[in-house]
Amino acid sequence: MATATGTVRTERVRGQFFLPAVITGFLALMLGLLGFEQFLNAMTLGAIYALIALGYTMVYGIIELINFAHGDVFMVATFVSIAVSTTLLGQTGAVLDIPTLIISLIVLFTVTIVVMALVGALIERLAYRPLRNAPKLAPLITAIGVSFILQNIIQFFVGPYITNVPQLFSTQWAFTIGESRVPLLNLFVIGSALFLMVVLQLFISRTKTGRAMRTTAMDRDASSLMGVDINRTIMITFLIGSGLAGAAGVIHGLYYGNTTFTLGFQSGLKAFTAAVLGGIGNTAGAALGGFLIAFVEVGAAAFGFGRWGGAIVFSLLVVFLIFRPTGLLGSSTGDRA
Amino acid sequence: MALLELKDVHTYYGAVHALRGVSLKVEEGEIVTLIGSNGAGKTTTLRTISGLQRARSGSITLNGKSIETAPAHEIVRLGIGHSPEGRRVFTRMSVRENLEMGAFLRKPGPEVQADFKKIFDLFPRLKEREFQAAGTMSGGEQQMLAIGRALMGQPKVLLLDEPSMGLAPILVEQIFDIIKEINTRGTAVLLVEQNAMMALGIANRGYILQIGEVTLEDDCKKLASNPKVKEAYLGV
Repeated sequence: MATATGTVRTERVRGQFFLPAVITGFLALMLGLLGFEQFLNAMTLGAIYALIALGYTMVYGIIELINFAHGDVFMVATFVSIAVSTTLLGQTGAVLDIPTLIISLIVLFTVTIVVMALVGALIERLAYRPLRNAPKLAPLITAIGVSFILQNIIQFFVGPYITNVPQLFSTQWAFTIGESRVPLLNLFVIGSALFLMVVLQLFISRTKTGRAMRTTAMDRDASSLMGVDINRTIMITFLIGSGLAGAAGVIHGLYYGNTTFTLGFQSGLKAFTAAVLGGIGNTAGAALGGFLIAFVEVGAAAFGFGRWGGAIVFSLLVVFLIFRPTGLLGSSTGDRA
Repeated sequence: MALLELKDVHTYYGAVHALRGVSLKVEEGEIVTLIGSNGAGKTTTLRTISGLQRARSGSITLNGKSIETAPAHEIVRLGIGHSPEGRRVFTRMSVRENLEMGAFLRKPGPEVQADFKKIFDLFPRLKEREFQAAGTMSGGEQQMLAIGRALMGQPKVLLLDEPSMGLAPILVEQIFDIIKEINTRGTAVLLVEQNAMMALGIANRGYILQIGEVTLEDDCKKLASNPKVKEAYLGV
């Protein structure tokens, strides 16, 4: 028996080091290939994709629904963040000193995340829960409907224009490393996204609710036989997924400086692709997929194929669906042995 | 008053009338078995008790308290443990995590720790496999885990759905010994089985279920010697 446990342990250890090694290698390669500034751009874009992809993958994992409205939840979040920052700082959103910046950011993130989490939970309650036991196509079509509803609400109240987002970060704030300029904004975006992802992973793996989310994803009936409240668990999944889209919305606004009511469609599709590449249902995979897609896009642009970025990303999706439909981290075997 | 009692329970799957008025009871300290062929409604009966399926009419009471409208996660709290058909262990979690899920509603503490010890006493095999992913274990081991997991919730009544399914005869004997052991430690058991011979061997009373109706109920000894039962379920 000692030997059997021995092999299990070594396999686990090998698994622990394999992935980080591959990721580090990939990042080093990209850094060499793209140069520092493009690398930083890709990481920033990847952080946004990853945060949105997490919401797709979590919802798919737990109720096997591709929540097509999720990209639009992200889009709404960019508008909520505009509302919050203009209320806080006025139209220009000018921030001159670091303490004001920190406080504004905390308020901006907290309010937007909470609002979007509630919006997500509301959508789940009103649109998806009544269809819990319906055939899978019904909630899928409903999700497309919700997507249109969100777009139309924003178009109706804000208008079909490209709207500017107040810029909290001055472009003056930057570090210089060697010959490269590193804007504080990029560091902040990457740092906050990684922070949220780590918190999410800890939540899912360490807390009771996180464990209930995992078992509900694996086997809903068995989970309720353990005493897990399935409806509550699914609602929490929507709360968290939409909250992360909220954070992505704030970040998008800060980084790109504008938004429009159709923003969710393109970003949503890319984030969905990220979730599939990573292995749909797998949170670590979704984060990886997000960064991978960003590197493909930025890489394409860096080598003069900028307009082909989308085409390359979606071709990658097709290739994956044909040759590795379970994604990078998805398990190749089914749930049941 | 019976510990668990079903009175005239009707359950439907869509338009299919699966249970057509099932009445049965389980008294404190008993092992009761539910025997019937495929599609007779045995699994549906258990699923209706634990709230995975809704009874359209009839009553289900636990200690006199009606539970037929309570959601599944509440019914667990009230004292019904269910080891479902096909084991349904959480394949990507370790044995230990599966057992921890069994104690999901309990406060972690010395009492839960003591129960871990009890389960590992009952199933030494699970102790050996404590940190192994449940999906990588054999069918028999997964069955042990499913039973252990249900026991971690400290049920007053344990519902066991086909614990012998797909197991080698020697393992079946082992599982049945353990069921007896669980019962002597004070948990009432409602056992659904295709292996009628084994089930009648350890149970106190039995019900024969045919197309959603209880057609016969009696002491197990009498059932085992009933010519009709012999012919239909014992293969003699």
